Amino acid sequence: MSPPLLGVEGQSQCNVSLMASSASADRVAKNGLGLKERNYLGLSDCSSVDSSAVSSVPEEKKSNLNLKATELRLGLPGSQSPERESDFTLLGPSKLDEKQLFPLIPSKDGICLLSQKTVVSGNKRGFSDTVDGFSESKSTVFNDGSWMFNPASSDSGQTKLAGNAGINVMLSNRSSGTQPSVKTEVPGNTSKECSNKMNGSNTNSAPASKAQVVGWPPIRSFRKNSLAPTSKNNDEVDGKPGPGALFVKVSMDGAPYLRKVDLRTYSTYQELSSALEKMFSCFTLGQCGPQGAPSRETLSESKLRDLLHGSEYVLTYEDKDGDWMLVGDVPWEMFIDSCKRLKIMKGSDAIGLEC
Amino acid sequence: MAYSFPEEVLEHVFSFLSSDRDRNAVSLVCKSWYEIERWCRRRVFIGNCYAVSPDIVIRRFPEVRALEMKGKPHFADFNLVPEGWGAYVHPWIRAMSEAYPLLEEIKLKRMVVTDESLELIARSFKNFKVLVLSSCEGFTTDGLASIAANCRNLRELDLRESEVEDLSGHWLSHFPDNCTSLVSLNMSCLGSEVSFSALERLVARCPNLRTLRLNRAVPLEKLPNLLHRAPQLVELGTGAYSADIRSDIFSNLAEAFSVCKQLKGLSGFWDVVPAFLPAMYSVCSGITSLNLSYATIQSPDLVKLVSQCRNLQRLWVLDYIEDSGLEALAASCKDLQELRVFPSDPFGAEPNVALTEQGLVSVSEGCPKLQSVLYFCRQMSNAALVTIARNRPEMIRFRLCIIEPQAPDYLTLEPLDTGFGAIVENCKELRRLSMTGLLTDKVFEYIGNHAKKLEMLSIAFAGDSDLGLHHVLSGCKSLRKLEIRDCPFGDKALLANAAKLETMRSLWMSSCSVSFGACKLLGQKMPRLNVEVIDERGPPDSRPESCPVEKLYVYRTVAERRADMPGFVWMMDGDKALAFS
Repeated sequence: MSPPLLGVEGQSQCNVSLMASSASADRVAKNGLGLKERNYLGLSDCSSVDSSAVSSVPEEKKSNLNLKATELRLGLPGSQSPERESDFTLLGPSKLDEKQLFPLIPSKDGICLLSQKTVVSGNKRGFSDTVDGFSESKSTVFNDGSWMFNPASSDSGQTKLAGNAGINVMLSNRSSGTQPSVKTEVPGNTSKECSNKMNGSNTNSAPASKAQVVGWPPIRSFRKNSLAPTSKNNDEVDGKPGPGALFVKVSMDGAPYLRKVDLRTYSTYQELSSALEKMFSCFTLGQCGPQGAPSRETLSESKLRDLLHGSEYVLTYEDKDGDWMLVGDVPWEMFIDSCKRLKIMKGSDAIGLEC
Repeated sequence: MAYSFPEEVLEHVFSFLSSDRDRNAVSLVCKSWYEIERWCRRRVFIGNCYAVSPDIVIRRFPEVRALEMKGKPHFADFNLVPEGWGAYVHPWIRAMSEAYPLLEEIKLKRMVVTDESLELIARSFKNFKVLVLSSCEGFTTDGLASIAANCRNLRELDLRESEVEDLSGHWLSHFPDNCTSLVSLNMSCLGSEVSFSALERLVARCPNLRTLRLNRAVPLEKLPNLLHRAPQLVELGTGAYSADIRSDIFSNLAEAFSVCKQLKGLSGFWDVVPAFLPAMYSVCSGITSLNLSYATIQSPDLVKLVSQCRNLQRLWVLDYIEDSGLEALAASCKDLQELRVFPSDPFGAEPNVALTEQGLVSVSEGCPKLQSVLYFCRQMSNAALVTIARNRPEMIRFRLCIIEPQAPDYLTLEPLDTGFGAIVENCKELRRLSMTGLLTDKVFEYIGNHAKKLEMLSIAFAGDSDLGLHHVLSGCKSLRKLEIRDCPFGDKALLANAAKLETMRSLWMSSCSVSFGACKLLGQKMPRLNVEVIDERGPPDSRPESCPVEKLYVYRTVAERRADMPGFVWMMDGDKALAFS
């Protein structure tokens, strides 16, 4: 099989090209028809948009990317969140003013770039198994060392390299006479060594990351050590991983019971906001209380959104000092440190809080 | 000779020649010029410490005042060179302590430096002024204490990225009270906390201090104290950039920054709390160099900061900047010359940020002076590389790392030969190139044909056959350093181009297909090359001659074979019979 992917010229007759190309062929095969699926951004939803738009205007691709990327996802890693419409999620202007995230009003000014990363890692989860499985097999293909010897087999003296006053190639041909006989033992020996070495480094790596090749990627150790310990949902700014769960009560005016959320599973206000929306949507849908909430029995989806994102509700929290504060003023880490409980207040009740 | 100038006049003329190349040319004119020049050469640069011996240097240049030297091969940065390989500086220090009592400067890179060496430096050179240890290792803070205590005229102490055994922060307090000469202090690689009051007093009494790079342990709240005492600072490396969010801390910081009107370079920024970034805004318009490569700040804050630095020439940043941030950079920073984007999650299976080839393309479009790039990303296309090449034909350094080895063009699934081919074809001034991704022999043909000014080439997981290596060795006229890992290059190209190796500083090949037999042959036939086989599996002659060696390091040398080889390094030379007995 002559793999078209590598554009192998006539001269190179070594098996290494076959090996490498079979890896690429695997790549294509696994993805079926999809050039699209190998999507490094993990936005499998918009992959077709990505690829087709590349040849045309870059801006178009970028805006498509951004729209998809701002879709809210629950922050829990591994969850596949339902589709949401993009205008639901457009957030504050490019100046990250976290105050704008709450009350739960969509600001249509711009795109919150912050959410892109969480989205990427969130919805990539399903794809990762394929990628992991593939990458592990691929890395053993070129790690097992056996391909390394194949060029020697092509050493039949056909290509005479006109080097600059080099050592006569015949000399190496002489040794090539002995090569075929020993070639078979050598791969076993060295490839075993090689794969042992690779396996050694593999066992140390985190299960979710790829098989790690020694010295790859080429990053200096002091730089690696300085980075935060990587988590899949890596939005931690200060590099301090949370020491455990941080559950706080969440109450909502008019809801018959409270909920509890673990603040440590979120890393931005955005994620918290969407999670709370989901949690409390049932209350607003079925509400027929006396406080002026719509008493219709069924509410449409859009009406629910309007409710949550209208000026009806405001998210507040009680801090260490016992004061009720508007959520969104302070950096996330600081908020987590001081938040004791959450309350979804009606907008009219929240007038006393600074906006 | 009656017609020639007196020696003193020639010496005076030569004193205007600073480049080694010029001085070497002068030495070749005639014997008397050779003699005069060698007595007045003050600076010596040795790119490979094993290329020459201390005795040879001292014999030829008896009046050296400044030595700059490099040790381990570059791939040692990525743990490819086993511990104990070599590059010990002590023999040099010992020899120079006797020969050069007036030595003032020592700058070392990737060398092993011991406390003993530091103490010897501190004792031997009365006028010692400059110590720069870049990516070095083997010493502790005790050695630093010796330097601090004894070097009365110390101007520069720069430990950039060295691995120092940090016994305590006490070393800083060893600077005597009458030390006022410091111009540059870089302790950013150290972990321990130094005595802040000692640091403060040191900074206060050194009016010429231009560069101060603190370590992470220096708290942000105390930074204003230092800035107020050194408002003349040109380069500042902060400590941890985090503190409790209090308005007084913020305003103190902002005020302190506003006082430093000469600041051009900023670095540090560990543990950034974004709320404190605006404190720096007053200096941003003057900043030309910004190193945020430890700053885990996200895109909006990053972009805000970077967009304020309209005169930025150099930016090192994590990939949190994303494509959108790079676009903003391209729009605001028209003077940008160097961009380095490092990965925040290099071992993650999936991308954690929206950084693709597009970011680099944007910068190449928007920044007309861009000439130096180091870019980590997870996808690349030939189209993007071609665009970059056409946008920036004056590129000098282009280092691209696609995190997945052998990643093809993600759009077409083809190799990236065309893309890199475009780079070398368009960028005729290219001096340094690092390539990754799926690459066949074709790309090496392009490189051999076009990269005539290329001096350093780094290759990983690329190529199909010896032809690739042959293209490079036979075509790249200016090649000085070639480093290769995990490529199917074997004996033929190496042996056919053996003479080329004498025109280069060094060649590194690891996990390739060079046989032991070929290494022996190379070592025998080329006496002016040191052919080192580095193999941790045991003596190479315990395996068949056709068995590939783990690692090969070849470099030209005029020195005798080195006497400090560890057990896993074998020198291939005429005496190899002795080596194995």
